[in-house]
Amino acid sequence: MIAIGHYSYWITVLLMATGLYIVIARGNLVKKLIGLAVFQSSVYLLYIAPGKLIGGTAPIVAEGFRVYSNPLPHVLILTAIVVGVATLALGLAITVRIREAYGSIEEDEVLEADAGAPGCDGTP
Amino acid sequence: MSPVQLAALAVVVPLIAAPAAVLVRGATAAWAIATAACGFAFAAALMLATDVAAHGTLSYALGSWPAPWGIEYRIDALSAFVLVLVSGIATVVAAFARRSAAAELPADQLYLFYAMFCLCAAGLLGMTATGDAFNLFVFMEIASLSSYVLIALGRDRRALVAAYQYLILGTIGATFFVIGVGMLYLATGTLNLADMAGRLAGVPDSRPVLAALAFITVGVSLKLALFPLHLWLPNAYAYAPSAVTAFLAATATKVSIYVLLRFYFSVFGAQVVVEDMPMPQILLVLSLVAIASASLVAIWQTDLKRLFAYSSVAQVGYITLGISLASPDGLTAAIVHLFNHGVTKGALFLLIGGIAMRAGGAATLEAVRGLGRTMPLTSLGIVIAGLSLIGIPGTAGFISKWFLVLAAMQAGHWWLAGFVVLTSLIAVAYVWRFVEAAYLAEPGPAAPRAGEAPAAMLAFAWLLVGGCIWFGLDSSLTVAGARRAALLLLGGAP
Amino acid sequence: MRSNPILRVVAKMLIPFMLLFALYVQFHGDFGPGGGFQAGVIAAAAMVFYAIVFGLPAARRLVPDRVVESMAALGVLLYAGVGLAGIALGGNYLDYFVLARDPVDGQHRGIFWVEAGVAVTVSGVMLKVFYLFAGRGHGLDR
Repeated sequence: MIAIGHYSYWITVLLMATGLYIVIARGNLVKKLIGLAVFQSSVYLLYIAPGKLIGGTAPIVAEGFRVYSNPLPHVLILTAIVVGVATLALGLAITVRIREAYGSIEEDEVLEADAGAPGCDGTP
Repeated sequence: MSPVQLAALAVVVPLIAAPAAVLVRGATAAWAIATAACGFAFAAALMLATDVAAHGTLSYALGSWPAPWGIEYRIDALSAFVLVLVSGIATVVAAFARRSAAAELPADQLYLFYAMFCLCAAGLLGMTATGDAFNLFVFMEIASLSSYVLIALGRDRRALVAAYQYLILGTIGATFFVIGVGMLYLATGTLNLADMAGRLAGVPDSRPVLAALAFITVGVSLKLALFPLHLWLPNAYAYAPSAVTAFLAATATKVSIYVLLRFYFSVFGAQVVVEDMPMPQILLVLSLVAIASASLVAIWQTDLKRLFAYSSVAQVGYITLGISLASPDGLTAAIVHLFNHGVTKGALFLLIGGIAMRAGGAATLEAVRGLGRTMPLTSLGIVIAGLSLIGIPGTAGFISKWFLVLAAMQAGHWWLAGFVVLTSLIAVAYVWRFVEAAYLAEPGPAAPRAGEAPAAMLAFAWLLVGGCIWFGLDSSLTVAGARRAALLLLGGAP
Repeated sequence: MRSNPILRVVAKMLIPFMLLFALYVQFHGDFGPGGGFQAGVIAAAAMVFYAIVFGLPAARRLVPDRVVESMAALGVLLYAGVGLAGIALGGNYLDYFVLARDPVDGQHRGIFWVEAGVAVTVSGVMLKVFYLFAGRGHGLDR
């Protein structure tokens, strides 16, 4: 019996597969980066969704509450989001430079331009 | 301030050197800061290694939060060994980079190069020192992001494509790693590696744990360029600036191997990895394919950096072969080869950097014709390092191959011992290509004209070549350290 | 867009409030969603808004390149400095307990300063990224 209550995990797997598919199947450099971002957001969901306990309150010590939601996944994912932003910014910067050097951001056109140039210094 | 603070300072000082290099802006000042910081880290690593050898595992609570709740830096025999390697190579390459980077990068970007170099060194050192799984991921990304930038700084425009390809594959690898860590966190409730090992002993073969093992293996294998996940490596090493190639070839894959060892033996434990999951068999097959195919492909390369990049893939295969044997001798072989290969490849790529600088472009087999006469010291250095790659007695590579063959015979795999010897003959083939061009051919039109590489560069490269010979003749230090680390890993939780 | 009076006036009215909101988010990270990274991004967004409405050269006059680059570096040094202060005062790296006489007060101070460092670095980096991307192709970057 497929558990409907675990819908957060189903969405995680869906995002993971979608992100990886986009990275592999799309030839445009910017689209690959978008696929990477989708893939990374599945990881955020993987960490945060189990952190919320049903009936758990905010993790601030107070009278009368015994069940608290876990604050640690939020801290971890804040860090992971910043890492993801930095990766995306770096990827886009490299893409801008590739556009300037090759005139195109389609992967097959870039690889074709490189195919006939062993050991020569291109224009940076 | 007590010496135990060095556990944190070994990582923090290179990390601080990076923004300091950005603030000073001048190329020479930035170089001085980078070299001084890496030198400090090397001294700290040596002190930590002697302390760990004398007193056992060192535990350092970051922020004074006690262990399972706070982030812990854990220096044991294995981490101290790898720390010494990484900081030593970083210092030598940073010192070498003054002339090399100035020749290959535009002058107004040099301070940023040194800042990124310090960040990469800090990231790698942090990966080695930390005892917290998520902290390991953060340092892994620091090291990876700075290495993408360093590779993209290469002269050739193909460096940009290589950096982009490495970025995509490396980020997928890191994300797989963090998915594995997430599953481990869900299963055990802790991120501290030592604590995780203790809690996993209760539930070793539940499905999330096995899935976590698989994810972490794939993620780390992307970073250490295990076949078939090695496709980013030849391009990245070939088009990056020479100092960057030397640094990454000698350290980045080695630290990823350290992460693999740490998770396999300290966290999951040999029982899960060897008995419940067919990890040794998978690693064995992949290592054999890596060694054979990469060595063969290396023979047909014309660009020296690319040739030795494929050689690196093969040598990493030898290391994972040692890991797959999962015995004390196998792990000792793997850890000793981790060190020896780092020194050998560091020396090789530094010498090739000297050739590239004199040749004014790429160091191809065409350009090195007659190098034996025009750049005798460089050629001799490359030959010695090549002998170490082959595993000739008297060089460091022989020690590693010796232990590998020993471990294979102890496990009863005679065919494996024969395979190691046979593939070393393939290494002879690609080293011979260099020897043939340098000593048996006349200098061609693309040959470097300006004579031997600058003394400042040659001295540091020969420091590492000397290391190849020294650790081949007197291997007591490296083998003792590796054996201590191997026994610690197989002995159970640290 | 400089010539459009509505955009100009609205920008001039909104940007101070955006910067104030960034400061609010910065200091209320203890009590609600917020903290250094979020505040840094909002402050950078305010500057980007200014650059979009009044033009990149005007923004570059207001916050020069050197300042932005130095901000990125100084924030990291501030964060690391707090860590080293922990060592200097007798604790471990990033030890907040020793930063004041009362350990809880020390935690408060430590978090305040590291978040300040994070905000400075993040706003510097975001603005630098914007300068570099927006300036390319128009001869306006270095």
